[in-house]
Amino acid sequence: MKKLLCAFALMLLLSVPAHAAETMMLATTTSTANTGLLDELIVPQFAKDTGIEIKFVAVGTGKALKMAENCDVDAVLVHAPAAEQKYVDAGVLIDRTQLMYNDFVIIGPAADPAKITGKTVAQALKAIADSKSVFASRGDNSGTNKKEISLWKEAEMAVPDAQEWYVQTGQGMISTINIAAEKNAYTMTDRGTYIKYEANHNGNAPLKILVEGEKTLFNQYSALAVNPEKCPKVKYELATKFINWMASPATQKAIGQFKLLGKVLFTPNAAK
Amino acid sequence: MDFLLHGFFQAFQLLWTGDPETYSAIGTTLAVSTMSMAASLLIGIPLGFGLGVNDFAGKKAVRTLVDTLLSFPTVVIGLLVYAFLSRKGPLGDFGLLFTLPGVAVGQTILGLPIIVALTATAVETLDKRLKPTLTTLGATPRQMLFTTILEARHSLMLAAMAAYGRIVSEVGISMMVGGNIKWHTRTITTAIALETGKGEFSVGIALGLVLMAVALAVNLGVATLRRRAA
Repeated sequence: MKKLLCAFALMLLLSVPAHAAETMMLATTTSTANTGLLDELIVPQFAKDTGIEIKFVAVGTGKALKMAENCDVDAVLVHAPAAEQKYVDAGVLIDRTQLMYNDFVIIGPAADPAKITGKTVAQALKAIADSKSVFASRGDNSGTNKKEISLWKEAEMAVPDAQEWYVQTGQGMISTINIAAEKNAYTMTDRGTYIKYEANHNGNAPLKILVEGEKTLFNQYSALAVNPEKCPKVKYELATKFINWMASPATQKAIGQFKLLGKVLFTPNAAK
Repeated sequence: MDFLLHGFFQAFQLLWTGDPETYSAIGTTLAVSTMSMAASLLIGIPLGFGLGVNDFAGKKAVRTLVDTLLSFPTVVIGLLVYAFLSRKGPLGDFGLLFTLPGVAVGQTILGLPIIVALTATAVETLDKRLKPTLTTLGATPRQMLFTTILEARHSLMLAAMAAYGRIVSEVGISMMVGGNIKWHTRTITTAIALETGKGEFSVGIALGLVLMAVALAVNLGVATLRRRAA
């Protein structure tokens, strides 16, 4: 029994990793986490440059903003400008800094049953709805979900909800793409996540990009710090360091060089 | 079919090459489940003993409550614990959200009813003559507790294994309270959820196999202990 206890104690010790001097909490979107941008580039490089360790939780933009409101994180990295603005106006988040962008695309089966290839976003959504082709939605209040809902509105259509052809997965982006692929359905995703999905299929994915390139599909990522006046315990100093580091020329360059299948996932566009 | 096979080979590769991410998830899983098991046992056995040995008003109600808690969904526990541990929550000052002790709190809530219920049952089904015998021998309540536990050790071990099985495999609490933070709170189950979310099925399968191997190792360990104790 003593031996067993010793073994357990040892295990406990071993499982506590060597801590960096300081850590900060970041809530972010599934796209930055799923594509590997955070794990492979940002977290290790930030630790190397500043000695600060980033702990991040990958949730949708909606939940990330809520976590900030609850003072549970120090900074957020999200992509829903309108929603971000609401939290900035409420004084929860400050120092909004644009960092990078990619764009949203509508993807679907190569056979394209609703014939949306080459159409505008509005026409494509109408065609999908009219032909009752299956459309998979995140349905999780994430940045992508918010954008999709705004696109239905921009197309002057009622946002689908209980329609049989409208599937709300309640899951992350790649899970949703996988569900769409299984159902031979259309869905909307950000380009970075799509490239990751393509890479998972060695470049030969069942779902293809069918609609792209419109101005409304622009997808801006920004970092924001949680306001220390609302959340006294928050590590505002570290959050500021992180945001400035993200916007620094060296990091911006590295983001631009982060590729999968030779394609750029996120294009840096910090103001400085 | 291909990715199943691929996952199988990848599992061996990950383990064999000592992949740090895999071992971090294994270590985290073992660490947090050990914490919650220790807490569940330390709190649960005396409680279960008290429930099994004593007769008191409302005992039936307590039993029903404990039995109901046996099917407490992990996501509901996760949600509750999250709400309490959030900095805006009543226990926010402890800073337990997104830490392993925080997850352990949730998992203890999961494991505790199992230990309490099964301990109570084990104590109740012991030889009825045990208590009077111990009393006539002049045993203190403490000695009574330990002797009874010793008598019921096999059932208790089963209780512990049942609780361990539930704790080590749950994902709702670990995901919500722990946040699936790499090198910190990423357990095998949350890693599987993440890898599947990324579309990396083979890594998910590999980790699943690892989890089953861990369960097997624990069971073998318990069986060995039991043989030695018998």
